[in-house]
Amino acid sequence: MQGNTTAQLRGSWRNFSKYRPLIRELVTRDLKVKYRRSFLGYVWSILNPLLMMLLQTLVFSYMFRFQIENFPLYLICGNTLFNFFNESTNMGMGSVLGNSSLIKKVYVPKFIFPISRVVSSFVNLLFSLAAILLVMLITRSPFHLTILLVWAPLVLLFLFTCGMALLLSALAVYFRDLQYLYGIVTMAWMYATPLFYPISALPPFMVVVVKLNPLYHYINCMRCLVMYGTVPGPNTWFACIACAVGMMAVGLAAFRKLQRNFILYL
Amino acid sequence: MPIIQVDNVSMRFNLAQEKTETLKEYTVKLLKHQLFFNEFYALQDVSFSIEPGESVALIGRNGSGKSTMLKLIAGVMYPSKGSVRVNGEIAPLIELGAGFDMELTARENVYLNGAVLGHDRAYMDEHFKNIIDFAELWDFVDVPVKNYSSGMIARLGFSIATEVRADILACDEILSVGDFMFQQKCHDRMEQMLSGGTTLLFVSHDINQVKQLCKRAIWIDHGHLRGDGPSAEVCDAYVAAMQRGE
Repeated sequence: MQGNTTAQLRGSWRNFSKYRPLIRELVTRDLKVKYRRSFLGYVWSILNPLLMMLLQTLVFSYMFRFQIENFPLYLICGNTLFNFFNESTNMGMGSVLGNSSLIKKVYVPKFIFPISRVVSSFVNLLFSLAAILLVMLITRSPFHLTILLVWAPLVLLFLFTCGMALLLSALAVYFRDLQYLYGIVTMAWMYATPLFYPISALPPFMVVVVKLNPLYHYINCMRCLVMYGTVPGPNTWFACIACAVGMMAVGLAAFRKLQRNFILYL
Repeated sequence: MPIIQVDNVSMRFNLAQEKTETLKEYTVKLLKHQLFFNEFYALQDVSFSIEPGESVALIGRNGSGKSTMLKLIAGVMYPSKGSVRVNGEIAPLIELGAGFDMELTARENVYLNGAVLGHDRAYMDEHFKNIIDFAELWDFVDVPVKNYSSGMIARLGFSIATEVRADILACDEILSVGDFMFQQKCHDRMEQMLSGGTTLLFVSHDINQVKQLCKRAIWIDHGHLRGDGPSAEVCDAYVAAMQRGE
């Protein structure tokens, strides 16, 4: 039994390395197609979060006010991570269905499709980091050494998102209504994430709810490193790592189990 | 050792299952006890084995299970019963251009499609010139594929799948595309691959082409294996049966 599992894992790994070029090509494809024929091209990856932040800053400075120092930076840190999660899980969910013509005709490991979508969005996220730097410069926010650690929450969030995308893409094949349902879920998820309000503004029971939200921990970790120049405590790190590993395990297990019969439902 | 070993393969489709898309339909069918009764066997207890270097045609009427067999061998589907073992690399030509992204140019699609077949960039760089040469598409290399004619797409697809080296070439009804000159070219290339030791698995309705290209034919009729032997004999039996109006 033990040997069998190891052999299986080794087989999966060999499969993965054989098809790594495919992930690369799919990611390049996504990035090329995304901005093809648009005038500004990749600049949009930076401009879009900036404009979004500007709009929200205006709305939340004049309509609702929260006591947050350097509100623009607070906003853009949260938004960048949340948008990455939102975009890649939505795209990832449809990726198996969207590539059905290919899956029906050629053998390709199917996990490639959701994963490559998440990688594409991650590349986009890396571009958006330039927007965060720009906001830091404009608002004269001090640069802390802790900013060098910023890769850690990003990588963990990447793993968490991969797990989520794997799970959703497999479920969406069998239960297509998920695509419509998930729009509402992400909306609720957005409000349950302190993007434009501080967690201190919440009543105690909501604080508990928000702390159960994995995205809160990633965003909190990011803000600590970028804005406040502190390294978050062990609880935050534990939550980030546990969610990433847990979600990845659930996603992989569900995907492996469900992918066998994809072809009958595509 | 056979390169393809098919043992007692059955493939069952649940017709009702495929159609049931909404909750309402599902409940209605569940109540009527119709849900799991509409079974359909695309293949039943089919066995054969193919040695390396053989050229084998799968013949049979529409809906007899040929394409399902090809998909099982390509690893796209798993059989409901029995087993399919393949000891080698397969280049599927099941539908030309299946892996193309219409927004991308031919140049980008060559790399994308190569990656779908499991080849990296360096490997495709080496073969790029030959691929475009064979497809005769140098004038359109940097044009998005969506502006191509269907014949041009088929040419590019054929060119990619046959340029990269594979142990098994699996083709499903593809030589009907392209003009006469290109069909001739495809035919020559397939013969050339055969003499180079590639195993060919060929699905076609064109009996003359089958006789020309394949030494052996496997006749599948309503999911059952009905004939397996030298292509001339099997093809004649098949044609005779069709003419009797079966």
